[in-house]
Amino acid sequence: MPIFNLRINGKEYKADVAADTPLLWVLRDHLSLVGTKYGCGIAQCGACTVHVDGEATRSCTLPVSAISTKKITTIEGLSENGDHPVQLAWDEADVPQCGFCQAGQIMTAAALLKRKPKPSDQEIADAMNGNLCRCCAYHRIREAVKLASSKI
Amino acid sequence: MTTLNKTSRRDFLKITSLTGSGLLLGFNWFSAEAGQTESVPIGIANTGFTGPINFNSYLSIATDGTVTVFSPNPELGQNIMTSFPMIVAEELDADWSKIKVLQAPFDTKYDRQLTGGSGAIPHSWKRLRTAGATARYLLIAAAAKKWNADASECTTDNGFVIHAKSGNKLSYGELAEEASKIAIPADVPLKNRKDFKIIGKSIKNVENKKIITGKGIFGSDFYREGMVLAMIQRPPAFGTKIKSVDDTAAKAMPGIIDVVTFKNNVAVVGKSTWEILKARKTLKVEYEKDGNIESTSDHDQLFVSLLNSDNATVRRKDGDVETAFKNAAKVIKSEYQCPFVAHNPMEPMNFFANVRPDGVELVGPTQTPGRARTAVAELLKIPEDKISVEITRLGGGFGRRLKFDYVLEAVELSSIIKKPVKVLWTREDDMTGGSYRPAVRYRFEAALDDKGNLIGYKLRGVGINQNNSTREDNFPSGAVDNLLIDSMEHLSPITTGAWRAPVTNFLAFAEQSFLDEVALAAGKDAVQFRLELLQKARTKPVGAIKYNIDRMETVIKQAAEKSGWGTKKGVSQGFSVYFSHASYVAQVCDVVMKAGKPAVTKIYAVADCGEVVNKSGAMHQVMGGVLDGYGHAMYGKLTFKDGKPAETNFGPYRLIRMKEIPEVEAHFVDNGIDPTGLGEPALPPTGGAVANAIFKATGTRLKNQPFIDEPLYKTMKAF
Repeated sequence: MPIFNLRINGKEYKADVAADTPLLWVLRDHLSLVGTKYGCGIAQCGACTVHVDGEATRSCTLPVSAISTKKITTIEGLSENGDHPVQLAWDEADVPQCGFCQAGQIMTAAALLKRKPKPSDQEIADAMNGNLCRCCAYHRIREAVKLASSKI
Repeated sequence: MTTLNKTSRRDFLKITSLTGSGLLLGFNWFSAEAGQTESVPIGIANTGFTGPINFNSYLSIATDGTVTVFSPNPELGQNIMTSFPMIVAEELDADWSKIKVLQAPFDTKYDRQLTGGSGAIPHSWKRLRTAGATARYLLIAAAAKKWNADASECTTDNGFVIHAKSGNKLSYGELAEEASKIAIPADVPLKNRKDFKIIGKSIKNVENKKIITGKGIFGSDFYREGMVLAMIQRPPAFGTKIKSVDDTAAKAMPGIIDVVTFKNNVAVVGKSTWEILKARKTLKVEYEKDGNIESTSDHDQLFVSLLNSDNATVRRKDGDVETAFKNAAKVIKSEYQCPFVAHNPMEPMNFFANVRPDGVELVGPTQTPGRARTAVAELLKIPEDKISVEITRLGGGFGRRLKFDYVLEAVELSSIIKKPVKVLWTREDDMTGGSYRPAVRYRFEAALDDKGNLIGYKLRGVGINQNNSTREDNFPSGAVDNLLIDSMEHLSPITTGAWRAPVTNFLAFAEQSFLDEVALAAGKDAVQFRLELLQKARTKPVGAIKYNIDRMETVIKQAAEKSGWGTKKGVSQGFSVYFSHASYVAQVCDVVMKAGKPAVTKIYAVADCGEVVNKSGAMHQVMGGVLDGYGHAMYGKLTFKDGKPAETNFGPYRLIRMKEIPEVEAHFVDNGIDPTGLGEPALPPTGGAVANAIFKATGTRLKNQPFIDEPLYKTMKAF
């Protein structure tokens, strides 16, 4: 199997996996980065969202061979001490219920705010619509995005 | 301090000889009757507790002031890991910042160590308070002894015992060792609720930091050196079984360790998920008929015949229904139907099992560790005490993880391959592998006299694998002189089970919609009509009444008031109220016509769940419950074609998303009643409030879920 050199969270990783292996499973099974979650495998729920060169991307449908030299950021690398404004806002607004979707929600929100620091309600809904929360904590998710926006 | 709480001395076991470093109080939080069993220390593994000793049923106060509380019930987002220690900390007068919470593994010492039925807080409320109060008593006694003061002159605040007269003040940490030498009191006073400082506040989820930084706290994240992974191919259709298996290709695929067939499962065992997924696709498995092969269209026809059957089981009969309907000035008859829905917790099923000659180790997300353990013991024919169950955080449950099919599979596979194994399900496995909220159809009939009084009421519920799809003693039973409630079921090979607010998650919609129809026919306001029925139940009750009339009346009135019922212009409002899990929730839905389409803009909810422990968590349960109820009423359906689920992943199976959410305004009744359920009760009323508002706005009554499949929506694009 080919060896892929990956740049994840500012570190260099080597993964000896099949070329079609989705980044999600490379992260979870081979690199012990389990913060990124599997929810559907078809890019419909957003639980697996990571940043690829800063863009929110579904890692469950991204083959490792398509990454090349692009920089990957996962929830583990969003900030050194869990103090990214979005993470702090998520805590302040007490967003998580079961918590399983939240890494994906946070990564989507962080990418949105990087692109658009002061999004409108509509822009927040557009950006976050691809992330399912089965506990339906959507109001708090929206509130936390606004809170983070106010602090960026 | 007004309430005296009787506690048996035997309920608490102070362990002094083993600690030497603080106060450690072992106690039976959950034994049904105080003093029936004694707490005994049991060692535990892998809970992350690094204290001096391992006890799983305790509250400990270390000399540095850290208060450690083990939380027994599985955490799936109902926020129990935060609410339980809040109750202890309240009575202890602890400094919340010094509270440390750990998930307890399964232990038979806990009574009701499960998550389901909205029962965790109601069942443990008194016991948790008593535990905190007892520790506080010991700390005060220790301080009083030290200062040679009267204990009654000592007070506590935020982790300190204070003697105002002398100006003395010592922290709980400083007193912990001395407190451990004092005899445990038989009775301890509990706080008056007006003195609560923690209960009723918003306290953040104690696992927030782990969740927002991506720590591997869920079952699917669990890893053990030497473990293998597995995925299982199950029969694609309900009512079929394996005929033949050709696993030659799969076995030759890279990374595959073995392919094992047991019962109706073909398990592909390997080193990595992706390799297993690819190998599983190469399996050639033939299936054959093993029972009824059913389609949704079969169920639709079946419901019609069951509704007209003469063999229904009578659930409740009051008065003389036949005469009432014969004498009626007006009869209203209506039917409502709901489809199957899947639970779809965000974390698909998974479990780790390690079957060794000397015992079994289980780790994973389960709502019911005890029942799972019993089933594993039966499967392997070994004593239960040879099986340990460690509970990870659950990525949602909604009732799915009350079943333990996925635990048994992992156990059986581990016993065959003689390796520790983690079995993972894909979303498709999860959505097609059962179990589901079953499809149900209801027929309601109401008889009104010439003054618009409800003189007769009939309900028949027919469901799949649903022995009783009614709640015969719920409102409006008790308020109608002549009433008949009966039910019938069809036994299907499609596996079904409890889904958040079982039965009531749909019954409430049907009933509250029907009551709206009746109110309209009676020429009465929807709120007034319900209040009149309650008044009838109060003054001239008929048969057993199992709901509290005052509590239901209060939420109705408050919801009407908070929502501005009947006063808004340009807004169509729908009303609904339901009693479930010992709590009461009334809701009002606002619908506004936008470009000729009804838009659900806001839902008001007033909940009476007694004492609210954690305001933040409680708001989550109500707001999330409302959206869950709305989302499933609007979009949720799982249909079957020849025994196979037609919707197998998100996309075809539609869940509510951010763009579709209405505003939700939640309120709680402040009545100081001991807590009743909250994880489920906010969900049942929502569908009815929405449908009633949409009727008012459009004149069209939505009688079948999901609403988007109803003609009203079918004719509109962009839904």
